[in-house]
Amino acid sequence: MNKSTSDAHLPGLRQPAPATDGLDVPFWEGTRAHELRVQRCSNCKVHQWGPEWMCHACNSMELDWVNIDPVGRIYSWQRPHHPVHRALTDRGPYIIVLVELPQADNIRMVGNLLGDPLQEIEIGAPVSVIFEDHDDGDPEFTLVQWEVTSGS
Amino acid sequence: MSDDYNLRGKTAVVGVGETTYYKHGQSSDPEFVLVLKAILAACEDAGINPKEIDGFCSYSNDRNDPPRLANALGLPELRYSNMQWTSGGGGAAAAVQNAAGAITAGSANVVVAYRGLAQGQFGRFGRSGGSRPVSGGAAYTLPYGMMSAAQMYAMRTTRFMHEHGVGRNAMRSIAMACYHHAQNNPRAVMNGRTLDAETYDASRWITEPYRLFDCCLENDGAAAMIITRSDRAMDLPKVPALVLGAQQSGGHRSGATAENATDYVTSSFKPAAKYLYEQAGVTPQDIDVVQSYENFTGGVVMSLIEHGLCTYENADEVLTFENLRADGGNLPLNTSGGNLAECYMHGLGLQVEAVRQVRGESCNQVPNVKVALANAGPMVAVASTAIYGTQEALG
Repeated sequence: MNKSTSDAHLPGLRQPAPATDGLDVPFWEGTRAHELRVQRCSNCKVHQWGPEWMCHACNSMELDWVNIDPVGRIYSWQRPHHPVHRALTDRGPYIIVLVELPQADNIRMVGNLLGDPLQEIEIGAPVSVIFEDHDDGDPEFTLVQWEVTSGS
Repeated sequence: MSDDYNLRGKTAVVGVGETTYYKHGQSSDPEFVLVLKAILAACEDAGINPKEIDGFCSYSNDRNDPPRLANALGLPELRYSNMQWTSGGGGAAAAVQNAAGAITAGSANVVVAYRGLAQGQFGRFGRSGGSRPVSGGAAYTLPYGMMSAAQMYAMRTTRFMHEHGVGRNAMRSIAMACYHHAQNNPRAVMNGRTLDAETYDASRWITEPYRLFDCCLENDGAAAMIITRSDRAMDLPKVPALVLGAQQSGGHRSGATAENATDYVTSSFKPAAKYLYEQAGVTPQDIDVVQSYENFTGGVVMSLIEHGLCTYENADEVLTFENLRADGGNLPLNTSGGNLAECYMHGLGLQVEAVRQVRGESCNQVPNVKVALANAGPMVAVASTAIYGTQEALG
């Protein structure tokens, strides 16, 4: 059972919506089901993120969506302090991590690192997904957040 | 130089001009008027009648389109118009490249490279408002509070510092050099505002690893450059700055969404450097002065390394405040104050300053400049870079 929360880490920001051309609908449907789905080429089997209509490796247009283990390791990070959106005014610093997913050809995903916003961050540290449900969204949506894997 | 390149020395920048540079939102002129004023200033500098313009090149989806400009200027002919698609100001040198290419091909005779920005009229880069849902690439970053330019390029710098162990001293030196040069530049928005190491170190975080002084300004204004054939340039009043080489530069999947560029730890200049130096017929050792686009100081460190002007190993020793100064440094950098302290005109001001250095007209003139390099847009999907030189440099 993948971990989830209904507490918004950064409430009030613009919400995601599936692309109007349908490209990433399976991804956002996956997060609602608390599954991490990314593209994999049905021909050469390479994983791809963000989604495209074509495999960047072999140019096949036959792309599957596959569930992958919702874990990774921190590839890079930043800690924003300056609020650039009105919803962040008085929010204080927060952490954005870039997570590398070795089980999926080292594709990378962007999310927040949950927990103490002033924590020390170690590049290479193992992290796992917490699906952040926004049942009040319009349409409802689920974000992919990260926490340092406990016991590591 | 390889015979495959035909650009070298065929064209020259013969006029440069800019409006007053304002703090963001403080121009009383609309953006279109700013662009017209910059073009007229560049024409006057060149000694060319504005009616001779027959081509326009810009970048970053500049809102002031060539048909409207040609109409306002009353041009008898519009033979060439060109937009380089890019993120941020990565196309500043590309606009010059495209102008030089068009002229070399005989498509036009007198081409303007230009950029205008009025953030009071059109909104700021450094703020992000709105409440509508986002989709596509932005949906993978914006709901996580990653939306400003600083935030889009911070994690490349974090990873760069992690992999190569260089950064903070060099970043501080770059910021201090820009502010130092702005003190002699009456056009500079930060003229009169000095920056010492203590002030830099005490400045607030925008987003770690970037402090306030690692980040470019936001400004209103416009800049323009007039480019024409070199043989024509010899008859004009100013010393021509020959376009020795100019190149756009994107790598494998450099435009991938959600930070998935294959080579992440790069200023995007790795592909460009070999083409740039080959076509210009010079080496990094020949560069007398450098204008290196500072969206953020961390990108400048990477840019200078990827242009062969220092190495991953010696960056901290080479990129010192003393070394980056026009007055006595070995690698004079951003001698107008650049995007950090002169004006953020999406980097066109850096191209203009390279021309002034080749002419010997900079307010921080480096002695005996023959070759000047000016790049644009580190870390963006497609960056660009150019080398200008004197007739002597052409050989």
